[in-house]
Amino acid sequence: MSAKIKHFPGEPIETREFREGKVLTESFKPKAKYAWSAGIAVSRFLEELKNGRIIASTCSKCKRIMVPPRIYCEKCFKPTDGWTYVKDTGVINTFSVSFLAADATRLKEPIVVAIIDLDGASENMGIVHRIEEYGDWKEIKIGMRVKAVWKPPEERVGAITDIKYFKPVKE
Amino acid sequence: MFGKKRVAIVGAGVTLFRRNLKETGKELSYHAAKMALEQAGMELRDIQSVVMGTAPDAFDGVHMKGEYLADGAGAYHKPYTRVFVGGGTGVFAPLAGWWHVASGQFDTCLVVCEEKMSSCYPHPQYAFTTIFDPVLERPIGMNLIWIFALEMNRYMHKHNIKKEDIALVSVKNKRNALDNPIAQLAANITVEDVLNSEVMAWPVQRLDVSPTSDGAAAAVLVSEDVAKEVTDNPIWIDGVGWCIDSTQWTNRDLYYPDYVEYAARMAYKMAGIKNPPKEIDVAEPYDPFDYKELHHMEGLLLCKKGEAPKLTREGVTQRDGDLPTCPSGGLLGCGNPIAAAGMMKVCEIFWQLRGEAGKRQVPGDLRTGVAQAWGDLMQYGSVIVLRR
Ligand SMILES: [Zn+2]
Repeated sequence: MSAKIKHFPGEPIETREFREGKVLTESFKPKAKYAWSAGIAVSRFLEELKNGRIIASTCSKCKRIMVPPRIYCEKCFKPTDGWTYVKDTGVINTFSVSFLAADATRLKEPIVVAIIDLDGASENMGIVHRIEEYGDWKEIKIGMRVKAVWKPPEERVGAITDIKYFKPVKE
Repeated sequence: MFGKKRVAIVGAGVTLFRRNLKETGKELSYHAAKMALEQAGMELRDIQSVVMGTAPDAFDGVHMKGEYLADGAGAYHKPYTRVFVGGGTGVFAPLAGWWHVASGQFDTCLVVCEEKMSSCYPHPQYAFTTIFDPVLERPIGMNLIWIFALEMNRYMHKHNIKKEDIALVSVKNKRNALDNPIAQLAANITVEDVLNSEVMAWPVQRLDVSPTSDGAAAAVLVSEDVAKEVTDNPIWIDGVGWCIDSTQWTNRDLYYPDYVEYAARMAYKMAGIKNPPKEIDVAEPYDPFDYKELHHMEGLLLCKKGEAPKLTREGVTQRDGDLPTCPSGGLLGCGNPIAAAGMMKVCEIFWQLRGEAGKRQVPGDLRTGVAQAWGDLMQYGSVIVLRR
C-alpha cells in the first residue's frame, strides 16, 4: 500500500478449489459439547419464567430496575439488593428482519428479532427476543407495543424460550 | 508527557486481503512482519518484543492461536504477548505495542495482526454464534448480522437517517479501494446498487457489509532514540485510548457508541487535541458495515451526533474533502480480516502522514491522523492518534 512497496504477498485461491480438493487441506469437526449453569441471578429469572412472570433485580443506590437480573450492579459495583416483577408488555426499541439463520444459510420466511423495553424496567433495559404475528414485516415499527406470548404452563422448563415470542398489540 | 518514552512507527507492511489465501496464518504473519521490518530498514535481531493481535480462536479452529502464530510473527525466543479484544484488536495491538515501548521496558516492538477466516466453513459467521450469552441469547438463535441490523435500525430511527445516505459510505469506500493494491472488493458502485442488493437482515443489505477475509498487517514501533537512528520520517503515536462497555448489549441505547467516545477522549487528551474535526487531517474510522463509519465518526467526535450522514452527502469525507475518511478503502473495500483490518487502518494513516500513499494520497499538508477499531459484543472502542 505504500507507494514504496511493489509487491504484496498472498496467493489467492477460490473457495471451490477447497471443496474440489484442488488445494491440499486437512479438516476437522469439533465434537465438544457444553452445558452452562444459569448462575445465581438468571436461575431466579428462569424459575419465574416458569411461573409466567418476569423478575428484575434492583439497586437501591442508582435506583435501576435491571433485566436480565444480576447479583451485582455493574455501575455501583455493589450487590443488588432487591427483586421486583416487571410486566410482560413493552415497546420495540429496535428490530431486524433477518433472512439469515444462525449459520448464515438463507431463510425463506424471515425471522424478526427485537430489543424489547419491558414496562416497569429502567430505561434502556431491553431484552432480545423474537417477534411473531406481525402481519407484513414492513409494518413493524420502532416504538410499537408488544406483549409476550407464553408457552402453556405445563410446557415451560425454565428457559428464555418459555416466552415463545412477543406479538404486536393495540394500545 | 504520557509514558516514559515517546513512541514512533517507522515501518509497516500488509499482505493482500482475499476471501481465501493459500498461505497459513503463520505464513501471512511472516510476510507482513518481514515487510514492516524491511520498510523500517531493520532486522529481527533489532526487535526486543513482539505483540500479536488476532481474533477468535474459533475462526482458525486452532486453540491458543497466539502461541501457534508466534514464530511467524518473529517472536521466537522473545518476549511475546497476544492481545484480543474482538474487532477492536487491530487498533488495540499497536496500543499494546505502544505501552511496551512507552514504559521504557523495550526500545523496539514488532506488532503483527493476522486473521484467516476462510478455514471455518460453510461460513465463519457460525463461529460468531458462540459470542452470545449461552443461557439468554443463544436459544433465540442469534446471528451476528442481527446485532448490526438492530444497531443500524436504532441509529437510523434516532436521527431519522435514510438508507440512501448510509449507502454513500459503501460507494465511497469501495471506490477508494480501487487505488489500493491489496483490496478484495474494490468497485465502482452506485447508491442504487446498495439499495437493490440482497436483504440479509433488514436494514442490512449485502452491499452494506464488508466480506470475510484472510490477511495480515504489521508495524515496527520504536522509542525516540531509535527512531532518530533509523529514519528521518518517524510517525509518532501521540494518543492512545481504549474503553469497554458491558456484554449486556441489550441494556444500552445502541444509537451511539459512548465507549468509543471515552476511548477517543482519552487519546485526544494525550495528544492535546481540543477540536477534533479541525485538528485531525485524515481518519480511518472502523467500517465493517457502512453505517458503522458514520456511527464511529460521531463517537470519535469528528462531528455532532447524527451529523455524519450529512457530511458524507456533502462530500466532506471524500479523499479531497475537508475530513477524508477511509482513504484506504476501509473494510468495505479492502476486506475484513478482523485484526489485520484494524491494523491496516493504522498502516494507512502511517503512509498517509509520510506522503507515501501513492494514488490514495490525501492532498495537503497532513499532520495528524486517527485510526479506530470496534468490537466484542458492540462494546469496545480502540483509538490511536498519529502525528508527523
Ligand atoms: Zn447501582
